[in-house]
Amino acid sequence: MSTGKLDKKNGEFAHHFNDAEHEYVSSKEGVWIFLTSEILMFGALFVGYFIYSNLYPEVFEVGSQSTDWRLGFTNTIVLLASSLTMALGIYYCQKNDKKKAVMNLAATVVCGAIFMIVKYFEYSHKIHEGWLPGQWFHGDTQGIENLPLYFSFYFMMTGLHGIHVLAGMGLVTWVAIRANRGEFGPHYYTPVEGVGLFWHLIDLIWIFLFPLLYLV
Amino acid sequence: MAEHHVIPFSTYIKVFSALIGLTFLTVLTAKGMDLSPFNGAVAFIIAACKAGLVMAIFMHLKYDAKSNSMIIFGSFGFVMLLFIFCVLDIYTRIPVESTL
Amino acid sequence: MSEGKNYINQEAGLMSWLTSRDHKRIGLLYFYSIGFFFFIGGVLAMLIRTELFRSGNLFDPALYNRFMTYHGVIMVFFVIVPGIPAILGNIIMPLHLGARDVAFPTVNLMSWYCYVGGAILAFWSIFLGGADTGWTFYTPYSINFSGANITAALAAFVAGFSSILTGVNFVATVHKLRCPGMTMKRITLFTWSLYATAILQVLATPVVGITVLLLVMENIFGIGIFDPEMGGDPVLFQHFFWFYSHPAVYIMILPAMGIISELITTFSRKTIFGYTAIAYSSLAIAGVSFLVWGHHMFTSSQSEVAAVVFSVITMLVGVPTAIKTFNWVATLYKGSIQMQSPMLYALGFMFIFTIGGVTGIFLSTIATDIHFHDTYFVVAHFHYVMVGGTLMAIMGGAYYWFPKITGRMFSEPWARMSWVFIFVGFNVTFFPQFVLGAMGMPRRYADYLPAFESLNQISSLGSYMIGTGFLIALYTFVQGAYRGEEAGMNPWGSKTLEWTIPSPPPHENFEEIPTVTAGPYEYR
Repeated sequence: MSTGKLDKKNGEFAHHFNDAEHEYVSSKEGVWIFLTSEILMFGALFVGYFIYSNLYPEVFEVGSQSTDWRLGFTNTIVLLASSLTMALGIYYCQKNDKKKAVMNLAATVVCGAIFMIVKYFEYSHKIHEGWLPGQWFHGDTQGIENLPLYFSFYFMMTGLHGIHVLAGMGLVTWVAIRANRGEFGPHYYTPVEGVGLFWHLIDLIWIFLFPLLYLV
Repeated sequence: MAEHHVIPFSTYIKVFSALIGLTFLTVLTAKGMDLSPFNGAVAFIIAACKAGLVMAIFMHLKYDAKSNSMIIFGSFGFVMLLFIFCVLDIYTRIPVESTL
Repeated sequence: MSEGKNYINQEAGLMSWLTSRDHKRIGLLYFYSIGFFFFIGGVLAMLIRTELFRSGNLFDPALYNRFMTYHGVIMVFFVIVPGIPAILGNIIMPLHLGARDVAFPTVNLMSWYCYVGGAILAFWSIFLGGADTGWTFYTPYSINFSGANITAALAAFVAGFSSILTGVNFVATVHKLRCPGMTMKRITLFTWSLYATAILQVLATPVVGITVLLLVMENIFGIGIFDPEMGGDPVLFQHFFWFYSHPAVYIMILPAMGIISELITTFSRKTIFGYTAIAYSSLAIAGVSFLVWGHHMFTSSQSEVAAVVFSVITMLVGVPTAIKTFNWVATLYKGSIQMQSPMLYALGFMFIFTIGGVTGIFLSTIATDIHFHDTYFVVAHFHYVMVGGTLMAIMGGAYYWFPKITGRMFSEPWARMSWVFIFVGFNVTFFPQFVLGAMGMPRRYADYLPAFESLNQISSLGSYMIGTGFLIALYTFVQGAYRGEEAGMNPWGSKTLEWTIPSPPPHENFEEIPTVTAGPYEYR
């Protein structure tokens, strides 16, 4: 039914909830349930990685030398910083400080962009060296059988993660625009919270990808 | 709408500093020291600590309904199931060159 | 009751349907789209049986492989998996909970569009030449013969999103939108089963999502994760695939069991026997279903140790399933049983499903499975569960809630006739396949030895009977929806909440949110 846009900032809520708090709690739980499916999706890749790295320890040892841990380290710091700004974006919504909330959300998007730029340099270096997944691999195998398998995992995992970063940047931009319009306040910031959870999950996955692909 | 628990600004900064510190630590242990064969384990324990901090504070789980924590830990459990049963198969296979 | 606004005549025009966030309207959208796919899948099934009517080839075997693949893909991913949750679950579950809608109406609509997106991809893949791997997309075949297989697999991937979104929605709805007094011990058994199903959908579907994605990458980039030539392990694909696809079997059957619980108690006029046991056995089935997938791989290179573990756990599934069956039988005992058409479907379900379940135990035993694997015995077994189980339950549920959804009654004699055709036709089609399988006829092939001909002919004739039955059912629905008598609020004398509101329900479902003070089945 078209009842027009609800003024959620001032306590209106969708017709099937008891009150605004009920809507907030339900929506947040919905996001959490969705995140479990994200975890299972990445989880399967991690399982594959563990199995193959145990079957072919050499492949993964030599393969991981191709990654530059300094770039991975930079990206980890950038992503952690973006997580902080995201959390602060929610914090300032709770404090009803529109300007700072928007600034922090924008900073999150910028951090995401920096992450992707660093990723771009890493990818182009690998492409240049011919370290590509599977059949496209034409670099030096250093006499190790199945070496391309490492790069298959590298590109699958970072690629899927990268797509999530891009999607997350889009979502954060969306809430930043809404925040700028003044749609959020201490009593209504559900979308910021939900997008925040998604963004933190991206960070969580990177926290595990970093040691896996760059350090071990 | 009831007031939600607002985590103070200083906590966010402290947690962020801890996360940066742990990132340095993980690089230091992996690249600076030779802990093999525990290299992987150490890096993973540190990663788990970082993940715990992000979930508890940044994702507000510490002050949130317990059900949300259960949901998310449940999903880790199911990843473990996938892992355990796949490993059960792959490491109990009889190798090609076996005389069995 | 028919005057005044209800969800059907609330707004008019195609756009009001395509943008509707009313759970009842979305349920109907799903009904039309799933019904369309069911028709195509059914036609393909009859084409398969036509090819198998005689030994020798009627169609080009390559074309037969495509029939077989699309029959599987369409029926599994586009009919039976979304079937009950997306149609009946969407429409009925919020009513059972005393809620005005599902928790996230917009997400609900999005899930329908994901379904449509997957459907478009599935059709596109037909124009690309069609997939011929069977619905399982097993490697290495599916990676060495690229092209339409990938598009078909992507269709399953996109349809998977629809499944995940529905699951998220239902879990949150059951957690958060129960009306006052509706404790978890007072929700209906249909809702319990949908809840267990939704958990499976959320946890299992993403794994097949990533598996299909890896398959796509395997085709485009040759990443080698499942390719033995490059060090990959094709059996790992099977592990990942069945981690979803085995729970998917329970995504199909659990809600069916929920419907049967409703039908049995309503038409026996008796409180359900063992409410708690039935409710928890749904969760138990959901839990155990994650631990048994290896029984699809007994003849692959899976290790003996793993096979034995999977075999033992698989047999455990029989326990909660039997708990349900015994409780239904106990409910019937000394009930005032009314043999209306929904009840006929429920009893048909119990008969067929029991055979399907018991033959499942044969297949979970490694020694017999080595013999039965990839024969028509398996085909008969899973059709007894999926068709005889899920489709019988969908039909029973559809007849049961038809008066609530449309506000009109269908014609009872026609409904009974559809049951006769479907029930008899089903057994005529699939029982001979048990025998054929035990005799060693392998599945999936376009041709067979002349010795198998007579049983195959019986089976093919049965399949046309099923087709006739569904056409009769379609006629019953259309006739009922336009010409049927006014049904009134509660034509069956049921006790659950959806029967306390007008049929069809108004947009808001309940004028005032009810307060519940007792369990759902207070008959006597």
